[in-house]
Amino acid sequence: MTSLSPQEEALDISVHAEESHPDHRMFGLATFLVADAMTFAGFFAAYLTFKAVNPLLPGAVYELELPLPTLNTILLLVSSLTFHRAGVNLRRNDSQRCRRWLLFTAVLGLAFLVSQMVEYFTLPFGLTDNLYASTFYALTGFHGLHVTLGALMILIVWWQCRTPEGRVTAENHFPLEAAELYWHFVDGIWVVLFVILYLI
Amino acid sequence: MTLTLPQQSSKPPSLQPTGWLRYLSFSVDHKVIGLQYLFCGFAFYFIGGALAGAIRTELTSPVADFMPRDVYNQVLTLHGTVMIFLWIVPVVNGAFGNYLIPFYVGARDMAFPRLNAVAFWLIPPAGLLLITSYFITGAAQSGWTAYPPLSLTTPASGQIIWILSVLLLGGSSIFGGINFIATILKLRRPGLKLMQLPMYCWAMLGTSILVVLSTPVLAGTLILLSFDIVAHTGFFNPGLGGNVVVYQHLFWFYSHPAVYIMVLPAFGLVSEILPIHCRKPLFGYTTMVYSIMAIVVLGLVVWAHHMFTSGTPPWMRLFFTIATAFIAVPTGIKFFNWLATLWGGKISLNSAVLFSCGFIINFVLGGITGVALAQVPFDVHVHDTYFVVAHFHYIVYGGSVFVIFASVYHWFPKVTGRMLDENLGRFHFLLTFIGFNLCFAPQHWLGLNGMPRRVAEYDPQFALVNQISSVGALLMALSTLPFLWNVIASARSGRIAGDNPWRALTSEWLTTSPPPVENWKGEPPLVTHPYGYGIPADQIDLRDVSGTDLWSNGR
Repeated sequence: MTSLSPQEEALDISVHAEESHPDHRMFGLATFLVADAMTFAGFFAAYLTFKAVNPLLPGAVYELELPLPTLNTILLLVSSLTFHRAGVNLRRNDSQRCRRWLLFTAVLGLAFLVSQMVEYFTLPFGLTDNLYASTFYALTGFHGLHVTLGALMILIVWWQCRTPEGRVTAENHFPLEAAELYWHFVDGIWVVLFVILYLI
Repeated sequence: MTLTLPQQSSKPPSLQPTGWLRYLSFSVDHKVIGLQYLFCGFAFYFIGGALAGAIRTELTSPVADFMPRDVYNQVLTLHGTVMIFLWIVPVVNGAFGNYLIPFYVGARDMAFPRLNAVAFWLIPPAGLLLITSYFITGAAQSGWTAYPPLSLTTPASGQIIWILSVLLLGGSSIFGGINFIATILKLRRPGLKLMQLPMYCWAMLGTSILVVLSTPVLAGTLILLSFDIVAHTGFFNPGLGGNVVVYQHLFWFYSHPAVYIMVLPAFGLVSEILPIHCRKPLFGYTTMVYSIMAIVVLGLVVWAHHMFTSGTPPWMRLFFTIATAFIAVPTGIKFFNWLATLWGGKISLNSAVLFSCGFIINFVLGGITGVALAQVPFDVHVHDTYFVVAHFHYIVYGGSVFVIFASVYHWFPKVTGRMLDENLGRFHFLLTFIGFNLCFAPQHWLGLNGMPRRVAEYDPQFALVNQISSVGALLMALSTLPFLWNVIASARSGRIAGDNPWRALTSEWLTTSPPPVENWKGEPPLVTHPYGYGIPADQIDLRDVSGTDLWSNGR
């Protein structure tokens, strides 16, 4: 057998013991979501300060209607429930049902985005009209970006668990769990956003 | 009897490219990534240092004769941004954190090795973007703070590139922070308790909490600022009904913790270096831990002390003055703990210790001026003067950069297996310490006498003191030469260090130098007393140490 120099031995994979690596990806994602929440917190703080300190310029229009955003809130809250059902079914090894719930969730998310676009087009103000208009679009737009990403994630997971031997199964359900945590987070942010932007 | 084995290939399968190429590869090994951070950081340090040299050259005369005033603004902005975001933050966090934290927690690698590599590889493009903006469109001119309305009225293209670059670096920082938190909290070797971790782990945990909580706010703020520049919204534009003070609040909500992001890891590194070279346990481990966490909490609620001249209401001034004064308490505890660690120790006065002691002296001076600056009646007079410049250079250079050099001297044998030349190292320290104090101590006087910062031209009465300061800067520039020579020569032909030249007890030394890919052959050692020095050396057999039996010998 050829003898190895210490450097070569150090690089030799066979010398090293096989160890199990526990999965900390959900912990990492949760930490990331804390960071993400801080971005929103910064936006909210800016909005509330603007509201407290900066009066609207004369002639500025800033009116929000409630029906559409209320519908949006319901859409997202229901989608959180449907996503939860998808996860429950995956763990029961019922990938057919899981996929149905996932698709339903994605449709709800897309419906939210469509409804948001409708609201954008019917609002009496544009991005640069005044400070509140800008903040409104920045906040809802940044949240909408999150919903878009979340919907894409759901569709990817939906694709990944199309077969029982696929990438997402009852044993390997990290992608679904990650997308689910992210989706609940986005919903939670929306509830805060709804209260701050529309109700206060 | 002879055992015949199947013919094996002469070269063992390797996990990554060997030789210098591995440092340019997309490696996921935490040690390679740590060194990538270090080399990348030093490259930008020399760029930032050249920019500082240009600034000091300009300031040797009261008129703008070395470069036009708008170029001076760009140089100043680039200097600040490069030194903070591309040198100190990546090196004290990324470089030493990646190299040491997995060792300290007894892990083979970071929790998310791939994310770790992504975090590093965001930095070079961001840095190149920032530097090249100078040659393409002219770099940003509004300082590293990018305060509107200045950042809205200076040329937009440079400012946008600056924002993009800082966003990339912020993303890198956040990914790194997530990785450190997960590694320290989740990847600890079984049996290793939190309160048994080396102090650098605590420092990095605190730093990473700050990174995760505050950096996203900066990212959001810069996105709003870019909207103001590109889409002409009015978030921070008073002409359109916006509010510039909101930008300052959001900016300093990140950028005050950023000071701790730069200096807390340095605290941790010094706490590792001093006990080893003093052969004494770290004094007051528990108080050190609580001090770090107190600094993390307080560091998040002191930001408005940067804004005492921004029309802050009296209650806000009162609150932030008191909160800032409180920070001096945990910081002072750490300072006295280091002194007590040195007290009565068998100090070997090598380069690592000299730089650490230099850090302690400089940092306490910077800390004292910091407490002074937190007092509103004083601050409103010296705000935006050279007093502030002197103060924060005492913190970030006298503090963090001195510790970076101390750490290079301390961990060079671990990384290369060779020792650095001590005489050159002490010479390097002498030049740096004298040059640094010659450069920045006079700036206190300049500030107290009313010289504003960030301007290329000044009142001729300040010329002499500025020239003294520039001589100090020249010494600092020269001091890198013996360092560079030392590093290059010692890496090639330095004295062989052996595995544990400092007879240290922390777990990065309980393996070969340089360490193998997965850090230890066999089980990682369990080091429950990382600072257990003082046991007679003949009772510790460091050649035959597997962690668990290390402690049964001496007690």
